[in-house]
Formats: sequence, structure tokens, C-alpha cells
Amino acid sequence: MTIQTQALPKLAVWKFASCDGCQLTLLNCEDELMALAGEVQIAYFPEATRAVVEGPYDVSLVEGSVTTPEEIERIGQVREMSRNVVTIGACATSGGIQALRNFGDIAEFRSVVYAHPEYLSTLARSTPISAHVDVDFELRGCPINKHQLLEVLAAYIQRRKPRIPTYSVCVECKRRGAVCVAVANGTPCLGPVTQAGCGALCPAFARGCYGCFGPQDSPNTAAMSDRLISLGMADDEVMRIYRTFNAASEPFRRESERHEPARDEEALT
Amino acid sequence: MDAEMRVLDLLGLQGLIDTLRARGYAVVGPTVRDGAIVHAPIATIDDLPRGWGDDQDAAHYRLRRRADDALFGFAAGAQSPKPVLFPAEELIWRGRRTGEEFTVNEDGAERAGDEGPYALLGVRSCDLHALAIHDVVLLGRDHVDVRYAARRAGAFVVAVTCTAPGGTCFCASMGTGPRPDAGYDLALTELLDDGPHRFLVEVGTPRGEEVLAEVPTTSAPAHDVRAADDAVAWSVAHMGRTLDTDGIKEVLYANAESPRWDDVASLCLACTNCTLVCPTCFCTSVEDVADLTGDVAERRRVWDSCFSEDFSYIHGGAIRPEIRSRYRQWITHKLASWQDQFGMSGCVGCGRCITWCPAAIDITAEAAALRWTPQPAAGRS
Ligand code: SF4
Ligand code: SF4
Ligand code: SF4
Repeated sequence: MTIQTQALPKLAVWKFASCDGCQLTLLNCEDELMALAGEVQIAYFPEATRAVVEGPYDVSLVEGSVTTPEEIERIGQVREMSRNVVTIGACATSGGIQALRNFGDIAEFRSVVYAHPEYLSTLARSTPISAHVDVDFELRGCPINKHQLLEVLAAYIQRRKPRIPTYSVCVECKRRGAVCVAVANGTPCLGPVTQAGCGALCPAFARGCYGCFGPQDSPNTAAMSDRLISLGMADDEVMRIYRTFNAASEPFRRESERHEPARDEEALT
Repeated sequence: MDAEMRVLDLLGLQGLIDTLRARGYAVVGPTVRDGAIVHAPIATIDDLPRGWGDDQDAAHYRLRRRADDALFGFAAGAQSPKPVLFPAEELIWRGRRTGEEFTVNEDGAERAGDEGPYALLGVRSCDLHALAIHDVVLLGRDHVDVRYAARRAGAFVVAVTCTAPGGTCFCASMGTGPRPDAGYDLALTELLDDGPHRFLVEVGTPRGEEVLAEVPTTSAPAHDVRAADDAVAWSVAHMGRTLDTDGIKEVLYANAESPRWDDVASLCLACTNCTLVCPTCFCTSVEDVADLTGDVAERRRVWDSCFSEDFSYIHGGAIRPEIRSRYRQWITHKLASWQDQFGMSGCVGCGRCITWCPAAIDITAEAAALRWTPQPAAGRS
């Protein structure tokens, strides 16, 4: 084959504010890692190897959100060194769980948590990579799904479009023959407004969906909230169910703010 | 077929399952799992939902204990036989690249019959009509779905009369039930009162007659035949929903610009559940996948839905970006344009789209509302 004589595409994996779980998903691809090593040169991946191959890189996987001034600078450098930037996970794609700070007062957190807050240089908000540089593809999930990651890598290696659906979790629920927990058990479930990708993991184990993959392409969150309330959720619970790993994604942020208790009080007075 | 009606007791029903299994059928029927009636392999009558009934309403499904030991004392389950004969994911082919060569070395069609042949036990009348619709849609057009054809050709159907219609059922309105009228090999009506637990059996095909001959039955006394008729009449009187089909096609076409679509779109979650539980919905997409090396490629057919935005994506964007146009597309196809396309209604009144819609949207209520919604003046607003 001619392909072998060409240089392999160079893959880099970068970490910003994150828990490393999405990078671990790559290392968890045990059966496929050898095949991957045959198709790409793993050029920069500190979580797996100390060996570093200089850029530029063909594909950069970026994990984590931007929370410090230093990270703003670094993501710019990553972008410059990379032909394709693919964000992996909820942090890199929507700001992650740490974007809960966006709803609070960072100066106050800082003063309460740290003995010497003046040593700390941090931003008021946790933001996705796309808020700072152009992103070629955003892979959702907290953590990302291994099969979806392999599909995205295969797509970039083969220079085709990744086949990652943007419809709801309900599609996966029905395809795998799971019984709907909302209808058959009255369990609040975010599946209808959440993008597929996990394979309907939680509903298949009789739990409601937590929204790990963020909003689907047509999220009717207002109608979703009405249903959650009719299943017995209180307003502040509705606010919190949207405020997890994708709290700062626009549709979830807006909907959670509609259910802030303070707003209710304002509305009542 | 006008063969003599027979009666089967519980041992006889077990004998029927045994006979079908001995003949090589994979018997699939209703069972209880995760709080609902679902399809599963059935080996004995103990696998069936003995003593279970259900309460169904919009966005609501609960199993409940019955006062008797009925084996089929519930309404439409979570799914029709659609996932059995027309699975959610299906391999079309798998190919391999070696050097400059590419060979298709697995053809999904060749494997489609492998799991079966199936014997579908406990098929309801609405779902029988849905099978007849799929036969037209998937087998009766220029491009036959060869995988469906393979499974369907060998399938043996044991239908069951609905004696406990659910809160969302409206087959009586659609003329599709509750008593199976065609499309079965054998049809059972469960009888529990005035005597032992037994089933009136009607024979639909010579194949059904042949199978039944191997099972211990007795000749049906007149009062059992009457009891079955009474059970059917009771069911008709206890349908949870109705849908007025009179001129329904014209009603939908006249309402293409109805303000009602905005109302339903404000509730609809675009989740696709209604289409994926519908026994007649048949939309799929074809996915090509390749492994990391690019040496192994697969083409798969997967269920899709007119409620997903991507479903109507063509170059430049989605044709139905708004939820209102997706709901309009769906109900108009079900109740109106399906008639133009296939000469029949696309809805058999099983009620699943109502029960399993997490937003409690009700096709019968929407159809009724459109009938009474003042139609906007001609022309687009
Ligand atoms: S359990 Fe949740 S994800 Fe599954 S169909 Fe029901 S609402 Fe959708
Ligand atoms: S449209 Fe609804 S009631 Fe009609 S056949 Fe489909 S799921 Fe059943
Ligand atoms: S009508 Fe109901 S089941 Fe269908 S897409 Fe809308 S919310 Fe989902």
C-alpha cells in the first residue's frame, strides 16, 4: 500500500481545566490502540508518553475549558500549531462543571477557599475552547464515548466528516429497546433535550438522563421543564438539573436561569 | 379460513409453544421487563405476563396487578413486533480492502433469516394491520427490503384478541381491531369467566391448521364462541380514545397553515419517541462506517425519524428546521398523505405514540383540534 510510505498524521492531546477523564477514554481504547498507533504518530500526549515530537500537528485533541489567563495564551498556540482542533468532552465544548462559577462571584469563592487569594490568577468564567479559537469539531460528553472518539479519529485520518448524530438520547433509548423511565416510572429524564452519544446508558439502568452530552440540535427546554415539574420536580431542582456538566451551554444556561428561586420571588413581588 | 373453532386450555397453549419450537421457530412474545410489557423469547407460558394489566394515558404507562390470571390481559405493549422483523439497526454489508482490492464479504441479507424463523405470539389486531402496512411499504414497491422479506416470509403469527384495551387505544375508530380479522396463522381469544382458563382458537391459514393439529384442543362449544364475541363487544365499548376519520385527509390538507402547529410545537420535545414506537413508521437512514485503518467498511440501516433535524438535511440545511413543521409532517403523513401514497391510513390506532410521548401529545386530540380550528385564509401568512 502506498499509504505506509507517507508520513503518518501527527496527533497531539492537550489538557486545559479538566479531570483527565476524556483523555483516559483514549487510553481505554485498549483493543484499538495498536491500530491507532499504526495510523497516526502520537506526537504529544503527556498523559501517555513523555516523548514529544515537535509540531505542527495534524489533529489536536483538546480536553478542558479555559479558566486562567495563561490558558487563553496557550490555546492560541495550540491552534497555531494544529491543522485541525477537535475538542473532547463537556469542559472543552461547553465549559464543564467548573462553569458553575459563571453563576457565582469568583472573588468571593477565592476569598473563602484560599488563605492567600492574591497568589491566584483566574478568570471570572470558565469558557469552552470555541470562545477563544476556531474549532473544527466538538465531541460532546462527560466523559466522551469511546466509540464516538474512534469515529472522529477515523474520520480525520480518512479526511471525511465524522458521523456523530445530534438527535436526542431517546433515539438511542428506543433503538436499544430500553423502557422509558419517564413514562413507565415517572422518573424525571433529560433525554428528550440531550444529545445522543452515551447509548442511553442511564435510562437502560432505570435512571433518568443527566444531560452529560449537552443539548440536542432542537432542544425544547421550556417544554422539558414543564414536564419535569409535572413529574414532581421543584423549580430549584429544575434549575440544578440543567446545571451540571453542560451548565454553560446556551440552552441549558438560559433554562436554568428561568428557574432560579430569586427570580420566582421577584416575579411574586 | 372457515375451519371449525377449537378451544385450547393452558396445557394446550404450552403445547402450542412446544410445537412451534419443535418446528424450529424462535417463539417471541410478551413478557414483563423494567415495568412494561416487552417482547422476549418465550419458552413456557410462565414467561408470559400472567396476572398483569396496564394503565395507559398520555405520557403514562404503569403495570398493575389484575384480579385474575390472564396471560394477555393488557393492551399494546411498549413495542409492536416492529423491532423483531424490522430491527433498529441492521447490517447491509461489510467489506474489506486488501491491497488495491475491495471485496464485500458479508451480505446482511444472507443473514437476515438466521435468527428465525420467528413465531410471533400474542400479536394484537392493530399490530397485525401494521404488519400488513409494512408489507405494502417494504415489500410492495420497486425496491424490496430483502431483510424484512426474509424475516417476514418465514414468520408464524399467533394473534390475540384484545380483551383489555388501554386508555390510549382507538383501533375501533381506525377499523383495525380489537379482534384479529386477517393476517394470522392462528388467533386466540382468552376466556376466563364461566369455566377454566381457556382460549378460543381461530385458524387463519393451512399452516396454522397443521400446527394446531399437533396440539391438544377440543371443539368449541357455542357458549365459548359467544363469550369471545361478548369480550370483543366489551373491548369496543371500552376503547380509551376515539379518532373521527371522516374526511380526515381533507381536514389535514386544509390545515397546512393552521396556528395549531405552533401550539403543539410549544409542547413537542422533538425527541422522536412517537415515531420509534409507531408500528407503521418505517423511516431509516443508511450509515457508512469504517474502522481506524479504513480497511473494514460497513453499511448499516438504522431507524431514523422525521422529528430529528438532520433527517431533512440536504445540501444547504434542513428542510424542517422548526419543530412545528416536523409535527405537521408526521401527523399529516400518518392520517392524510399516507392514503395518497399507499392507499390506506398510516395509523392503526395502537395508541403507543400517545402513551410513550414524554410530552403527553395526543394524536387523537390534535386531529380533533384541527377539525375545529378555524382554517386560516388561503395563502401563506
Ligand atoms: S427514558 Fe429518557 S431518554 Fe429514554 S425515551 Fe424516556 S425520556 Fe427519552
Ligand atoms: S400513529 Fe400512534 S396510534 Fe397510530 S399507529 Fe402510530 S403509534 Fe399507533
Ligand atoms: S410528539 Fe411527543 S414523542 Fe413525538 S417528538 Fe414530540 S414530544 Fe417526542
